[in-house]
Amino acid sequence: MSTPYAKLPAWADYGLIPLINLSIAFVVAGFVVMLVGENPFRAAVILVEGAFGKGTGIAFTLFYATTFIFTGLSVAVAAHCSLFNIGTEGQAYIGGLGIALVCLSFDSVLPWWVIFPIAIVAAAAFGALWGLIPAYLQAKRGSHIVITTIMFNFIAASVMVYLLVGALKPAGSQAPQTRNFLAGAELPKLNWVIELFGAKIRSAPLNICFLLALVMAFLVWLLIWRTRLGYEMRTYGHSPKAARYAGISETRIIITAMMISGALAGMMALNPVMGDQHNVAIDFVSGAGYVGIAVALMGRLHPVGIVLAAILFGMLYQGGAELAFEMPAISRDMIVIIQGLVILFAGALEHMFRPYIQTLFASLSPKSVGMQTVKGTGA
Amino acid sequence: MAQAAIELIGIDKSFGAVRANRDINLEVARGTIHGIVGENGAGKSTLMSILYGFYQADSGEIRVGGKPVSIHTSNDAIALGIGMVHQHFMLVDNFTVLENIILGAESDALLKKSIAKARSELERLEREYGLEVDPDAIIEELPVGLQQRVEILKALYRGAEILILDEPTGVLTPAEADHLFRILKQLKEQGKTIVLITHKLREIMAITDTVSVMRQGTMVATRVTKETTVGELAELMVGRRVLLRVEKGESEAGAIKLSVKNLTVKDSRGVTMVDDVSFDVRGGEIVGIAGVAGNGQSELLEAISGIRHAVSGEVMLEGKPIDLTGKADPGELRDRGLAHVPEDRHHVGLVLAFEENENSILGYHDDERYLKGPFLNVDAIMADAKDKIEKYDIRPGNPRLKTANFSGGNQQKIVLAREMEQDPGVLIVGQPTRGVDVGAIEFIHKRLIAMRDQGKAVLVVSVELDEIRSLSDRILVMFAGRVVGERGPDATEGELGLLMAGVEHQEAAQ
Ligand SMILES: Nc1ncnc2c1ncn2[C@@H]1O[C@H](COP(=O)(O)OP(=O)(O)OP(=O)(O)O)[C@@H](O)[C@H]1O
Ligand SMILES: [Mg+2]
Repeated sequence: MSTPYAKLPAWADYGLIPLINLSIAFVVAGFVVMLVGENPFRAAVILVEGAFGKGTGIAFTLFYATTFIFTGLSVAVAAHCSLFNIGTEGQAYIGGLGIALVCLSFDSVLPWWVIFPIAIVAAAAFGALWGLIPAYLQAKRGSHIVITTIMFNFIAASVMVYLLVGALKPAGSQAPQTRNFLAGAELPKLNWVIELFGAKIRSAPLNICFLLALVMAFLVWLLIWRTRLGYEMRTYGHSPKAARYAGISETRIIITAMMISGALAGMMALNPVMGDQHNVAIDFVSGAGYVGIAVALMGRLHPVGIVLAAILFGMLYQGGAELAFEMPAISRDMIVIIQGLVILFAGALEHMFRPYIQTLFASLSPKSVGMQTVKGTGA
Repeated sequence: MAQAAIELIGIDKSFGAVRANRDINLEVARGTIHGIVGENGAGKSTLMSILYGFYQADSGEIRVGGKPVSIHTSNDAIALGIGMVHQHFMLVDNFTVLENIILGAESDALLKKSIAKARSELERLEREYGLEVDPDAIIEELPVGLQQRVEILKALYRGAEILILDEPTGVLTPAEADHLFRILKQLKEQGKTIVLITHKLREIMAITDTVSVMRQGTMVATRVTKETTVGELAELMVGRRVLLRVEKGESEAGAIKLSVKNLTVKDSRGVTMVDDVSFDVRGGEIVGIAGVAGNGQSELLEAISGIRHAVSGEVMLEGKPIDLTGKADPGELRDRGLAHVPEDRHHVGLVLAFEENENSILGYHDDERYLKGPFLNVDAIMADAKDKIEKYDIRPGNPRLKTANFSGGNQQKIVLAREMEQDPGVLIVGQPTRGVDVGAIEFIHKRLIAMRDQGKAVLVVSVELDEIRSLSDRILVMFAGRVVGERGPDATEGELGLLMAGVEHQEAAQ
């Protein structure tokens, strides 16, 4: 059922409300920091400085953000077709398998700029395939996509463990990972861009996948709002009955949307695998798929919002790591709590403060406030 | 005059550039029925939504029972004894009737107790006003007429003293509407105040004590009903004389374009909704299907348009069969010249969250005109949307506006414009003028007749007997899934009414 919401001016809708949600998350996180006996203000300074203070910090922040842009876009594409793809995690993991196969086969013979496009296709194809099966089950058998994609995350994890301790592991190695790729499968770094602005960088993993992520964000915008396919996905997303009436095949649209979503998820693996680690290791996705859900919700399913939200989460990852390092009382787990609070307030409780702000706006200037029927997204 | 139950003084309301209400004054006396009429988009629903706390007026004052009040939410309105039955129902589709009625008025933390209490209260209300509905029925399985009763019960359950009804009869048959009016009169006798928005001037004349006319956001006149006429009201609304019944020449029926043979359709629960129905529609004629809502007309339309699976039978479009397995591609049928205006514009015919221009291509979005390769040709779509807006006088004329923000009648015009402008060979229309004002009805009827005169086959399903009678060259009456009779356009209302009630049918069966 839709709820009537007063319509706010765009700046309040897209700027003020996320800002308030974020502030609340940080205030609550501040209390948690106080509980463990640390000064929350100093913690905040360390976090922000850690993320943006130095060149290295910025590079790490953007490196993490790259990962989250891919997963956020993946979740958003499916969501526009009203499919809740929780399987981004597994699709990214399997995407890594595709990349591993390409890199291990070609890294001794081809240069990076030949391998990269092949790896992009492989990552996308493997991720898409992992999205296809749940999509097929939903479209043809009515198995709910939320359930099947979660199950496929587990299957992906098992498959990858099986391969990483078996076929993909170099003989004699103890570590559950592939051999390190040769120079042919290493992507160029982007650190020099940041250095252009005068910041110093020690070593940071920021690489050209960041640019690829921005290109994909643009392409997703194009897809959703400017193509026939995107139109059909949105139609189905808003009203399956209208889609049926309009002659849009339910099976086709579900499968297509999920494959695109899976492909974007798979491409996420390029960033850590080819840009940073230069191997495929066990559990390399480490929750980025789930963060993608929060990023997509916070970004209001719009690519621009997703890029901004991804940078915010990149900041939390990078600044959080610094914080754990600087303040011994704050453990790694505490950082997860802070991230969780941001997800809670900015994602899950997105609409919590909205009614109050609307009332406020209504009493300040009744003229600017109309009413609108908004379909609750997410929350 | 008795004491005023509601006074609205100098109400102003704008949505961006659209001034939906300007300086509106309205006074409704206690214990009376007050009608509000006006063109689509005149601002009627907006005004009532302000009274009900859905919108805030930009300026102006509201008084209830003589006291100035400020109504910020519908809860404020309910507390003041104001209840509203919306033009578009606000029910939770997959809840039961009872659950919907207590929604938001649960009195205890434990649902079980509230439900038991609500059940006995509901039974009392049902008895008192003759508003029978099965409390345990699921809303989405109820016909619209009954869904509306649930809305009324909901308001009464919350103790409404002032009841606002926004186009309550848009979805009802004459018999159901009569029943509703008996209920309203009964409510009035008990001292309740009723505000009734409707496009049907006959209803205004039949039931209201006073009536106000709105035009383009302003209140242009208020009359005592007994002292005015339908003609005067129509003229006040539109600002010109309106033909209340369109003129049409003899039909020149040509070849059969749509042929339905022994069609049987069951719903998801296996109940037979369309039972062995056969008829033809020829080019150059309008065939009207009359019947009380819920007698299989919706299912019939859906099966013909390829959306719904039919158990058996055959439908031929221009001599070629339509796939009735439920897997037909409506897009392909459109290419073959079948256009369909669905009854349910909100869930089927439109995507309310879309911009107007996006809806103006729904179903035709794979047409080359609107595409550039895989991309939407935004310029072409906009130009096309503007064109239709102009031709069909859709207001406000902004193709970028979200469809949900158009008034009900204008939403209907968006669908009609889209389907009629495709120049189809066969047009099937469900409830062509539901929620549409007199001026627009005249326009739509003229367009339908013009299509007929161009040799198209037109099939119209409507619960409006007047509409069926003034449009159709042949009238089929449906009852309990069967076609129980065929009549010419000169059939009397009484005759059709009996058929619709299944009277003749039952006699024949005995
Ligand atoms: N939330 C909104 N945002 C923008 N414009 C709106 C909104 N609600 C209504 N309008 C506009 O205000 C005007 C009045 O609309 P309203 O729904 O009150 O008309 P109405 O008289 O009830 O028409 P109808 O008979 O078709 O139901 C219309 O032009 C409509 O498009
Ligand atoms: Mg209205």
